[in-house]
Amino acid sequence: MHRVVITGQGAINALGRSAGETMQAMREGRSGIGALDFQDVERLSIAIGGQIRDYLPEAHFSRQELTLYDKFTQFALLAAAEAVAMSGLEIGEELSERAGVVLGTSGGGLQTQDENYRLVYQEGKNRVHPFVVPRLMNNAAASHVSMVHNLQGPSYTVATACASSNHAMGQAFNLIRSGQARVVLTGGSESMLCFGGIKAWEGLRVMSRDGCRPFSKTRNGMVQGEGAAVFVFEELEHARARGAEILAEVTGFAMTSDASDIVTPNKLGAVRAMRGALRDAGLAPEAIGYINAHGTGTSANDRTECAAVRETFGPAADALMISSTKSMHGHVIGGTGAIELIACLMALRDGVIAPTINYEEPDPDCDLDVVPNTARERPVRAAMSNAFAFGGLNAVLVLTAFG
Amino acid sequence: MSDTVQDNVRDRMVAILAEQAVLEPGDIRMDATLEDLGIDSLGLVEAIFAIEEAFEVQVPFNANEPAESEFDISTVASMVRAVENLIAAQK
Repeated sequence: MHRVVITGQGAINALGRSAGETMQAMREGRSGIGALDFQDVERLSIAIGGQIRDYLPEAHFSRQELTLYDKFTQFALLAAAEAVAMSGLEIGEELSERAGVVLGTSGGGLQTQDENYRLVYQEGKNRVHPFVVPRLMNNAAASHVSMVHNLQGPSYTVATACASSNHAMGQAFNLIRSGQARVVLTGGSESMLCFGGIKAWEGLRVMSRDGCRPFSKTRNGMVQGEGAAVFVFEELEHARARGAEILAEVTGFAMTSDASDIVTPNKLGAVRAMRGALRDAGLAPEAIGYINAHGTGTSANDRTECAAVRETFGPAADALMISSTKSMHGHVIGGTGAIELIACLMALRDGVIAPTINYEEPDPDCDLDVVPNTARERPVRAAMSNAFAFGGLNAVLVLTAFG
Repeated sequence: MSDTVQDNVRDRMVAILAEQAVLEPGDIRMDATLEDLGIDSLGLVEAIFAIEEAFEVQVPFNANEPAESEFDISTVASMVRAVENLIAAQK
């Protein structure tokens, strides 16, 4: 089996326009959550989110490109360009056939759907733009990334709701491990902050009106965000041969299904996923210094996740740090695991643990070290990233410091 | 509120909860809890949607803290009273 390392990262989200800006905000424990701003927002009862402020598509893309790029595609392309530039990778003809892209998304081109449904249903128009379908399709972002970077190997999109990015990165990991690809751009992208996107979530009554407070006794629901993060996953020998800077090694991945309930989380499914990822990485529970939690800020998720961590890690649960960066960037649904992997890389490379902000009051059901409110400096050799989706689909990654 | 309006709210509430519980309206006791009726959290969210549609009210309910919402879900009777109050508050 081939070893897999990360040689580039890129991001755009409410915390920043790059992976570097995102890490800086996480170090400072800054919130990217504020008042939502889009058409018909006044008809929503949920008025806050992790929206990317003052984002101007025209500043990044030509008019011709924008006719084909939904916002989720734009975010993916911006993050991918940053990741590829950082990696220093040159994708020539030979490598191109062994290079691919696997991205997670849940809503795909939801903004495009929302705008065009509004046109035909609300405004009564009988004609839509000819590119509505290629803009809205869930694989649009992966396809455009493949075109821009000439990736001619395996490329596809994974949609498993809130676990999409982690499932995608796990697929990328296995493609390289098995020798089917040498380089895979991977991560996820989501742009659900539009009237229809939030209206649908309102219905489920799990959204908070006033803030995202994971693990705090005062938490009352999730807050949504938007954005993307993309990483360059590369076969170790390939990265070494070209003298690439290695950010971390991807050492473990596991996925499980609760097979129980469509929305209520299940501790056993989460436990099996975390145990599976540890086994895959060949690590004992004590080896994990930091877990980036799924940590949505709903009462059910946080309670269940903490119980699952206790069961998986046993006494080692009291030694590790676990935080939810959703408190800062919001829940980016199909892109969230990718943005959260940046916190894992920061922990492994810089020894800085991103905090869980908005933490107000301890909850006996969440009695782990959740790194409340302030980032912490502590060296970490191995980190875990959790994603537990609606539908009971779980995906957990383990990264290890390299060198 | 007149007696007939109150009866009407009660009957419609019973119908909504009976449908969600897959029971006959005659089997819904006023002191029954959601647990007695076998209505889980997802069923409750659906019932509240049906209540909002039926009575054209906004029910203050957050699935994260069902017990602490202003909307008292302890029994069928408490929910009927809560809906009556919401309707009265609109007038």
